[in-house]
Amino acid sequence: MSIDQSTAARVAKLARIKVEEDALPALAAEFNAILGFIEQLEEVDVEGVEPMTSVTPQRLKRRADVVTDGDQQDKVLANAPDAREGFFAVPKVVE
Amino acid sequence: MSELNKLGLAQARDALRKGDVTSVELTEACLKEIDGADALGAFVHKTPEIAMERAAAADVRIKAGDAPAMCGLPIGIKDLFCTKGVASQAASRILEGFRPEYESTVSQNLADAGAVMLGKLNMDEFAMGSSNETSVYGNVVNPWRRAGDDAALTPGGSSGGSASAVAADLCLAATGTDTGGSIRQPAAFTGTVGIKPTYGRCSRWGIVAFASSLDQAGPMTKTVRDSAIMLGAMCSHDPKDSTSADLPVPDFEAMLTGDIRGKKIGIPREYRMEGMPAEIEALWQSGTDMLRDAGAEIVDISLPHTKYALPAYYVIAPAEASSNLARYDGVRYGRRAAMAKGDGITEMYEKTRAEGFGPEVQRRVMIGTYVLSAGFYDAYYNRARKVRTLIKKDFEDVFAAGVDAILTPATPSAAFGLGEMTDADPVAMYLNDVFTVTVNLAGLPGIAVPAGVNGQGLPLGLQLIGRPWEEGDLLNTAYALEAAAGFVAKPEKWW
Repeated sequence: MSIDQSTAARVAKLARIKVEEDALPALAAEFNAILGFIEQLEEVDVEGVEPMTSVTPQRLKRRADVVTDGDQQDKVLANAPDAREGFFAVPKVVE
Repeated sequence: MSELNKLGLAQARDALRKGDVTSVELTEACLKEIDGADALGAFVHKTPEIAMERAAAADVRIKAGDAPAMCGLPIGIKDLFCTKGVASQAASRILEGFRPEYESTVSQNLADAGAVMLGKLNMDEFAMGSSNETSVYGNVVNPWRRAGDDAALTPGGSSGGSASAVAADLCLAATGTDTGGSIRQPAAFTGTVGIKPTYGRCSRWGIVAFASSLDQAGPMTKTVRDSAIMLGAMCSHDPKDSTSADLPVPDFEAMLTGDIRGKKIGIPREYRMEGMPAEIEALWQSGTDMLRDAGAEIVDISLPHTKYALPAYYVIAPAEASSNLARYDGVRYGRRAAMAKGDGITEMYEKTRAEGFGPEVQRRVMIGTYVLSAGFYDAYYNRARKVRTLIKKDFEDVFAAGVDAILTPATPSAAFGLGEMTDADPVAMYLNDVFTVTVNLAGLPGIAVPAGVNGQGLPLGLQLIGRPWEEGDLLNTAYALEAAAGFVAKPEKWW
């Protein structure tokens, strides 16, 4: 699989990282080097093998479905780059 | 006592309890040393007020006869751990100004055990790197230098600040985290001890996430005994981390007998890599001889899927990172990019992430995005997870055959020069983790122990890999190896 510039641009878009047009060829080349390395995995016979979901076989713990936390609005907002009137502020989303 | 900063945890603990020294004295000695060591770039946020306050409180506890395991012992905390009210930015620009309103479980456990936090330690950005050259704070420098050469060397990564600080005696010990080798490789590069426990031993809550199925915290210390003491204080079951193990934490230090007679130590033939430097090969052989002389039985073993561990890791870790790092959007915390007139929310995200993430983090987030994208998920991500199952099975098979621990080199070389890998392809840097990454994929405990020096006087480490949840037994084998190797070299102070 070879990644061209338009694929690199699409991946950058999906990852929400701005990449300038002139940086795309180098980015595509790096992706290809890494993917070339990853492609060794094709040599492995994985027929009938289950993909790992948890490295330690364990059942996730359950707890009662009750509120155990909350009422910390000031702490939640304390690190926001822009917080107003008790909310996170962002640029206009809906026209 | 002179040069209190040079003590290890066990020595300082014993001196504190005997009343030979106070925590305030120990802490002052470390703070002074830290202030004189800016050239190493290890401590990036110093917290002297917190340190002195905790030291004074520890002295009161010790006097009252209430001294838990780490009481009064000054340590450094990797910047990846969230520490309440203290900058915690994972060495990334995107978390500039972030001061958590909460404390990570591991750093809280250490504080509860009486430990004194001296400050936050440098690292690779988001723990992605093997040389500590991807940090927003700048490089960390290894206190070790090649004989007769002033060139600055890497302390390894990603826990490079922790390794450098411990090796240079700026603190008695430090926390690290390990996703693919980030405790063990820097420990090997600096002549220190570092253990990554079994996945689930330490709570991940409050540690900035890189790859959640691989990340584990662990101690970085001057001796194996110190690792046993500190690991015990770090571990706990934590309802806030659903993968944290609800198992009792044994007294690891009490398990250090040094007696490994009859233990079966596996030597995996697949770790004998083509082009392995002779000094690494010789170190591995001498480590094998030491364990045999201590009464262990040495057996040749095979871990047939070893070769595929790194490529599987470089699918799984970036995939998880792309998902974990989606939270850095310039909305809830950290740094938001300046916007141009007319920019909407998408431009805000894209500019914030382009400015906030460094090149290696961007690369991994995008690779992760690609391998998870429609059409490639099966070919890359699912295949890598199947290979991971096979890698874990390799280990299960040798443990089922009676092997107690596995001995390998910790790294493919000694510490290299800062900047030496700048022009190399990213994959060349990834090869640093070739011996350590299998352990994360299989969720096993692994420890790096200093075992010798190379021809240029640089430390070299060996790795021992243990059975799941048997850190106590693993530490004991490491303790026997440490005693046999008798590594006592220290870097000459130039900073």
